[in-house]
Amino acid sequence: MSFWHFLLQNWSELLEHLREHLSLVFISTLIAVAIGIPTGVLLTRRKSLRSSVLGIANVMQTIPSLALFGFLIPIPFIGGIGARTAIVALVLYSLLPIIRNTVTGILGVDPNVREAAVAMGMTGSQVLWQVELPLAMSVIITGVRVALVIAIGVATIAAAVGAGGLGVFIFRGIRQFDNNLLLAGAVPAALLALLSDFLLGLVERRFATDVRKTKRSRSRRRALAVAAIVVVVAAFAFFGWRQVEKSLGKSPASDVTGARVVVGSKDFTESAILAEIVSQLLEARGVAVERRFELGGNLPHDALVGGQIDVYPEYTGTSYTAILKHSPITDPRAVYQQVKQEYADKFKVVVSEPLGFENTFAILVRGAEARRLNLKTISDAAPYAPKWRAGFGQDFMSRADGYPGFSKAYGLKFADQPREMDLSLTYLALSSKQVDLIAGNSTEGRIAALDLFQLQDDRHYFPPYEAVYLTRQDSLARVPTLAESLGKLAGAISTEEMRQLNYEVDANKRGQAEVVREWIKKKF
Amino acid sequence: MLTSASRTGKLLAKMSAAVNNPLVEFRDVSFSHAAATRPVISHLSFKVHEGETLVLLGESGCGKTTTLKLINRLFLPSAGEVRVEGMATTDWDPIRLRRRTGYVIQEGGLFPHFTVARNIGLVPSLEGWDQERTKQRVDELLSLVGLEPLEFAGRYPGELSGGQRQRVGVARALAAEPPLLLLDEPFGALDPLTRASLQSEFIELTRRLEKTAVFVTHDVREALLLGSHIGLMHKGELLQLETPEEFRRSKNELALAYLETLKLSEDGAEVSA
Repeated sequence: MSFWHFLLQNWSELLEHLREHLSLVFISTLIAVAIGIPTGVLLTRRKSLRSSVLGIANVMQTIPSLALFGFLIPIPFIGGIGARTAIVALVLYSLLPIIRNTVTGILGVDPNVREAAVAMGMTGSQVLWQVELPLAMSVIITGVRVALVIAIGVATIAAAVGAGGLGVFIFRGIRQFDNNLLLAGAVPAALLALLSDFLLGLVERRFATDVRKTKRSRSRRRALAVAAIVVVVAAFAFFGWRQVEKSLGKSPASDVTGARVVVGSKDFTESAILAEIVSQLLEARGVAVERRFELGGNLPHDALVGGQIDVYPEYTGTSYTAILKHSPITDPRAVYQQVKQEYADKFKVVVSEPLGFENTFAILVRGAEARRLNLKTISDAAPYAPKWRAGFGQDFMSRADGYPGFSKAYGLKFADQPREMDLSLTYLALSSKQVDLIAGNSTEGRIAALDLFQLQDDRHYFPPYEAVYLTRQDSLARVPTLAESLGKLAGAISTEEMRQLNYEVDANKRGQAEVVREWIKKKF
Repeated sequence: MLTSASRTGKLLAKMSAAVNNPLVEFRDVSFSHAAATRPVISHLSFKVHEGETLVLLGESGCGKTTTLKLINRLFLPSAGEVRVEGMATTDWDPIRLRRRTGYVIQEGGLFPHFTVARNIGLVPSLEGWDQERTKQRVDELLSLVGLEPLEFAGRYPGELSGGQRQRVGVARALAAEPPLLLLDEPFGALDPLTRASLQSEFIELTRRLEKTAVFVTHDVREALLLGSHIGLMHKGELLQLETPEEFRRSKNELALAYLETLKLSEDGAEVSA
C-alpha cells in the first residue's frame, strides 16, 4: 500500500490525532507563555533569583521525556494518564526557552533607551509595557518559537500516557513494523513544526526594530504577520474548540444506560486487541466505552488502581512477578490463585477467568540459523551464545523473571552486553541480523511472517503467563454488563486464534477494530 | 484692571522671586555609588536661575552627567540636598518631577519602535492630553526644530540621520512645556557642520522660549557659545562658576588649559585660511 493510499484510507483518524496533537501543543504553549514571560520579567528585576530559576528550568529540559511522564503519573491532580499529564510535561519543557529569551530580550534593551524612558517620567509598568517588552518582543518570540517546536516534538511521546496525538501512529508504526503508520505520525509532526516555525518567524520579524525599515516593507510585513497570527490562532482555536466540545459533550450511549467504561491496554498489539474485544462487546450492549489504549510500562496497572481506567488485559505471570514482586514459579494454577487473592486484598481488583491462551516469553532465533545448527531448545543454543549478540526489550531486561535469572538458568554468556531496545523492534533486529537472539512474545504474529524460530524452554524457567482481564471491583458493581461480557470471554481465545489476530493486525496491516469485529461475529 | 504701576510691581516681584528662588539649587551635595569608595561628586553647591543656561564643562568621569541625573532624580544625593522649584528632590514624586523636566541625551535616546510623532508626543500622552492636542503639539514642535511634520511624523528613528534624531530628541524634551531642560552632550556624536547648525538653533530656541537649561559637555567651544554660565568640573568638584566672559579671563589652571585648546584650533584655522 502506498503512503498516499494509506493516508486516504486513514484520513479521518489522521485528522483526529492531528487535532489532539494541536490542542496539546496549543494549550501547553499558552500556559508556558503565561508562566514563562512573567517569570522572565521577574528575573530581570530580581538578579538574585536569576541563576537558580534558570538552573531549575534547565534541569527540567534535560529530563528525558518518558522519564518525566513516569515521574508525573503517580502525582495527584497533575498526574495520572491522559492529556493533563502530557500538558504538564509539555509546559515544563517549554518554559526554559521562553523564560531565558524573556530575560535575554529585556536585558538586551539599549540602556540609553531605558534610561530615556525613566527620565521621561514613565512609571515602572509603563517602561515595561511600552518600552522593554516591545523591544524585547522579537527575542521573546524566538523563545516561543523554540518552545513550540520542542512541544510539537515531545507531544508525539504523549501517546505513551494515553494523551493521543500523532505519536499514536508513531508508536503503533514501530510496534507493527509499518512504515506507513510511522510516516503518518512523523511527517505531519515534522510539517507542523516547520509550519509553526515559519509562521512565528513572520511574527518575529514584525517586531524586529534593529533593521532599518522602509514604509513599504513595513506594511507588507505587518500584513503577513497579521495573516500568520490569524491562521495560527484560527487553526488552534478551531481544533482546540472541537476538542473542548468533544470532551464536554456526552456520548449518546451513556445517556441511554448511564454506563460508561474506560478500557485500557498495554502498548503492544495483542493487548490492544484484547482491549478492543471487550470494548466492542460492551458497546454492543449499549455501554459507552472510552479507549485508553497503548499505555506504556506499568501505566495500565497504576491507572487501574488509581481509578482512571476500569479494565485492562494482563498476564498472570506479569502480575505475579512484576507487580506483586514474587519470585517466578512454574505452576499455572498456583500463580493464578495467588494473583487473584492478592489483587482482591491489595488493590480491590478482580481477576477474570483465564482467556484460554498463554503469552510467555519466546526465546527466538532466525529460522535459517536454527535449521543450520539443528537447534530445538534453549539448552541447544547455549554453546553458541558467546558468539552471538542478544537484543531484549526494556521490560525483559529489568523484570524479576527476565534476563538476569534467565541467563543464569541456562548459563548463557553473550558476545556483548545485550542490546536494550523497544520490544517491537527486536523482531526486526533479529531478522535483519543486527542481533542473533531475542526474547519475544509467544503469540507474536510476526514469528511466522519473519521466519523466526522459538526455542523450547526446556528448563521451564519462564513462569506461566495466562491472559486475563483485570477489573476494578467498583466498576463491576457500577456496570453489571461488564461482568457478563468478561464472562463470555473465559477460555474463548486459543493460542492459535490469538496468533492469527496478531498476524492480521501486525503483518496484514489491518485495523484492529475491523479484525476484532470479524472475530466476534464468527465467535458469538 | 491692572494699573501700569501694579504691573511693574508684579514684574519686579517676579524678578526678585526668580533671583531669590532659583529653579535648581545644589546645597553641599555629595554622591557615591553604593560599592565605590571615592565619591563621584563631593560638596557641590550652586544655583541655576530661571532663564539661565548653565553649562557643566569637564572631561569624562568628572561627575557632570551624575550632577545632571541628580536633578531629575535618576539618582538621589548621598549627602546634601538638591532642590528643584524650591523643593528637595527627595520630596518630589519622581514621576511628576521628570515629566516637568525635559531630558535630551546623546543620539536622542529615542524609542526605536515608536514613530517620530509618538516619540515626541510621549510625555503629553502620558500626561493624558487628548489626541488632537498632542498631534497639534507634535506638528508645532517638528516645525520648531526644523523638520517638516508631514514628512517626518510617520517615520521611525532608524530612518533618520543623526542630526534629525537629535532634533527629534530636543522636540521630545520640549513637548510638555517643561520649565527645565537637561541636556547630556546632546550634540556630541554629530558631524561638525550639523553640530554647528544645531548649536545656533539651540541658542535661538532657549532665548525665544525663555527656557532654563543645564547642559553637559566636554567641548569648551560649545560651553562658551551656549552657556549663560559655565561650571567647570574636575574630579567631582565644581572649580568655578562664571559667565563666559569671566571664564575667558580666568586664571584657573584647568580653565587656561581649555582656553589653550581653543587658541590652538583657532590658530590652526587661521593658518589654513
